[in-house]
Amino acid sequence: MNFPILSLVTFLPLAGALLILVLPGKDEAAARNARWIALITTLVDLVVAFVILANFNGHTAAFQFVEQHKWLGGGITYHLGVDGISVLFLVLTAFLMPFCILASWESVQRRVPEYMIAFLLLETLMIGVFCALDLVLFYVFFEGGLIPMFIIIGVWGGPRRVYASFKFFLYTLLGSVLMLLAILTMYLTAHTTDIVTLLHTHFSPGMQTWLWFAFFASFAVKMPMWPVHTWLPDAHVEAPTAGSVILAGVLLKMGGYGFLRFSLPMFASASATYAPLIFVLSIVAIIYTSLVALAQTDVKKLVAYSSVAHMGFVTMGIFTLTQQGLDGGIFQMLSHGLVSGALFLSVGVIYDRMHTREISAYGGLVQRMPIYAACMLVFTLANVGLPGTSGFVGEFLTMLGAFATNTWIAIFAATGVIFSAAYMLYLYRRVVLGALVKPALATIKDLSLREVAILAPLVILIIAFGVYPKPILDITSVSVANLIQEQKVAIAYDRHEAYAAITPISKGVVR
Amino acid sequence: MNAIGSDLLILLPELIVACSALLLLLAGAISGERIADAISWAGVLALAIAAYFVAISAGPAIAFHGAFVVDGFSRFAKELILLGSALTLLMSRDFMSEAKLMRFEFPVLVLLSTCGMMLMVSSASFISLYMGLELQSLCLYVLASFNRDSVRSSEAGMKYFVLGALSSGMMLYGITWIYGFTGSTEFATVAHVVQAGTVSVGLIVGIVFLIAGLAFKVSAVPFHMWTPDVYEGAPTPITGFLAMAPKVAAMALFLRAMVMPFPHVQAQWQQIIIFISAASMILGSFAAIGQSNIKRLMAYSSIGHMGYALLGLVAGSVAGFKGVLIYLMIYLISNAGVFIVIMAMKRDGKQLETISDLAGLSRTQPRLAFVFAALMISLAGIPPLAGFWAKFYVFLAVIQAGQYWLAVLGVLTSVVGAYYYWRIVKVMYFDEPEKPFDGRLGVVNGLILTGVAAFTLLFIVFGGPLIASAGAAAATLVP
Repeated sequence: MNFPILSLVTFLPLAGALLILVLPGKDEAAARNARWIALITTLVDLVVAFVILANFNGHTAAFQFVEQHKWLGGGITYHLGVDGISVLFLVLTAFLMPFCILASWESVQRRVPEYMIAFLLLETLMIGVFCALDLVLFYVFFEGGLIPMFIIIGVWGGPRRVYASFKFFLYTLLGSVLMLLAILTMYLTAHTTDIVTLLHTHFSPGMQTWLWFAFFASFAVKMPMWPVHTWLPDAHVEAPTAGSVILAGVLLKMGGYGFLRFSLPMFASASATYAPLIFVLSIVAIIYTSLVALAQTDVKKLVAYSSVAHMGFVTMGIFTLTQQGLDGGIFQMLSHGLVSGALFLSVGVIYDRMHTREISAYGGLVQRMPIYAACMLVFTLANVGLPGTSGFVGEFLTMLGAFATNTWIAIFAATGVIFSAAYMLYLYRRVVLGALVKPALATIKDLSLREVAILAPLVILIIAFGVYPKPILDITSVSVANLIQEQKVAIAYDRHEAYAAITPISKGVVR
Repeated sequence: MNAIGSDLLILLPELIVACSALLLLLAGAISGERIADAISWAGVLALAIAAYFVAISAGPAIAFHGAFVVDGFSRFAKELILLGSALTLLMSRDFMSEAKLMRFEFPVLVLLSTCGMMLMVSSASFISLYMGLELQSLCLYVLASFNRDSVRSSEAGMKYFVLGALSSGMMLYGITWIYGFTGSTEFATVAHVVQAGTVSVGLIVGIVFLIAGLAFKVSAVPFHMWTPDVYEGAPTPITGFLAMAPKVAAMALFLRAMVMPFPHVQAQWQQIIIFISAASMILGSFAAIGQSNIKRLMAYSSIGHMGYALLGLVAGSVAGFKGVLIYLMIYLISNAGVFIVIMAMKRDGKQLETISDLAGLSRTQPRLAFVFAALMISLAGIPPLAGFWAKFYVFLAVIQAGQYWLAVLGVLTSVVGAYYYWRIVKVMYFDEPEKPFDGRLGVVNGLILTGVAAFTLLFIVFGGPLIASAGAAAATLVP
């Protein structure tokens, strides 16, 4: 396939943003134009993403739809491609964007064109992250995403938006710059920044450790892992609804994607060596942030802490280095992208009506909002990980992987599931169930048609993937198996090197 | 053609600038203030012609018995200097005439200092180095105090002059030591005499003083004290000029004066450069946080940026020099945009300089705010904007040279620096608007600003050839 479809899916939103920028119009007209252009652009982009998915060959671990062009010279090229690990994240991003635009349809009234431009720009940068097959290109997309997100939180956010946007920005930047140094070191060692080549480049074990930690600094903040997760609750709470959806749905996944794409295959031995560190941090994240979530009085903050806990499952699963763990980690990320996105959208629905996120301000919504209560129930149970929802599949697989690696990890992680049931059901009871006694809620309206259109597809998908997860696993499994295989070979190679260093026997190269 | 003739031919671009400066001075003296604007345009034309002759000049060439050298490195630096000077003349016209400062001496002084800068980057001996440097500096002292009715401007010029003279003295003193211990002032001969292993203390003393003088000119810590005061006091276009062309010239001179005469004692001077680079990065990022005046902020920003650029010299490799050239190019062009915006900060006929005056600019003047935000983010070094690539190439060189801790320090200070650049973005985008600025941007400044914005945003797409030419230029510095 010679058509540059990945460039198209990446830069189409940028074209939409430029169109909004040049289109004339005053206030109302400009806002209407911007909304429609943004919606149409994201929908077309989603169609393109589906075309990619339909043409994707799940039987090979090789990169597909590859494009490569000269760029800055000196081994740095413009190189795009997707494999089983990245293609679903691309689709997830493209899938969530129209919902974000729709969710902002009425709630954002200030500076609409700028808002839509920022979101479209963000989409380009996020999709680019998952398509990039060049380290420098990846870094540009990865870090460039900070700019629109900073603006989104800071301009359209809540009362403490300035604090939250700076915290978000400085935390993630601090992690990323260390990764930049690691990227430069890899470039100087391998004389290329081509990811495909680097996947088969061997770094000495000592160097691997440093590089691994530098990448870890960036991805751990992005993920976010305990104890560098503190930016997330602030950013989530202050961001507008759509911003929260994107943060939880896509931006957090970049960390997990980074571990899968870089840390595991490129620094195989270091990943194996420091996996226990990741396990400990993941377990702490799962248990500690679940307990913290239990104590929250702010709906968004609760969901934010639950995100941190769920990402703990992902990191745990990924670093078990087993097929189940990795499959589960990826599945959990995709599922969490849908579920947390859905939860934030649901919170946005009631926030738009009441303009408060305090849990105590709600109660008994089921009396006046039955459809909403039903949707919210599905999302709540999916976040708990109830069998039959997509949340179950991911958590189950990651715990299976953990069980195969170390029983204790699995036991601790399993307590997290109980906690998540506790805080989510507690939330549901306080917000949705009970008697409708608050006078302010007496006239609250159920979902509008637009809101149903936003939430219904998510309900369907969450249940569909919970019942029948095979389509997703089919796409990922070959690439994951290949990743694990290559990782084993690389670790064996390092062992062999260490062995050869103390005994003067050399039996050829393993790989 | 006889020897002196061919030497002069090599010097042609400098001669064009110098002769036009003298002719324009004459014209100004005869016709007075009313043709100041025309003289400004004529100055731009002269700079453009000189730039053309720099571009087509054959290199490498040596003139005046090795005192003057034309190579790819000097050509690249000269093009940047000429660009910086021409941009200064273009963007300052409206401002200077509104401030009643549009005197014909202004373009003449800019041209003369440009000539000095071109000599600096081409000098291959300590004598021609000093001559070029002084020609440049003397013009800059006068320019800094150009608004002679203003106390601040006069103070700026005075401070600049006293401290500048002191640093020139130190540098000259260092040069005498170097001459005393090597018996020559020519870079090539000094390099021949100074071999590794036989380093005398006297020579080190000389190098230290030389570096002190050069560090003053690039405003690196601990010789940076003059920068905030001079930046704040000087008329804004002249502050812009100080941030553009002289920085390029001084940094290019710094590179040549270290690399050509002292390649064998790199281990010795490298330590000093590491210190001033690290100190500049730290001070530049932390001290800027507390500033409320945008010009003072840019002064600290320039201190920090020179620290980053010096990383390339620390590396001491072709990759490092390439990084410095890319850095200077991007820094110069960004500054042109920044100072145009600062000049546009005008309300009720009064020039404003406080950061909080920019509040809500994104509502009142969205395009101006967008460009300024892009420039700030670029200076902070966030991809995909141009400033990121500046940092990218110097960090690459530093890591290649094995200076990992310096690289880590550099990226950490860049995060601190990002805070104060983003604070300006915050003021423009998050804060509630004040009254809009009423200063007209003017057609010329609007065009320059558009060009700067395009460069900043699109460097990622079209930067390849520029990076390649900087690499080719840097390669000529090392024989």
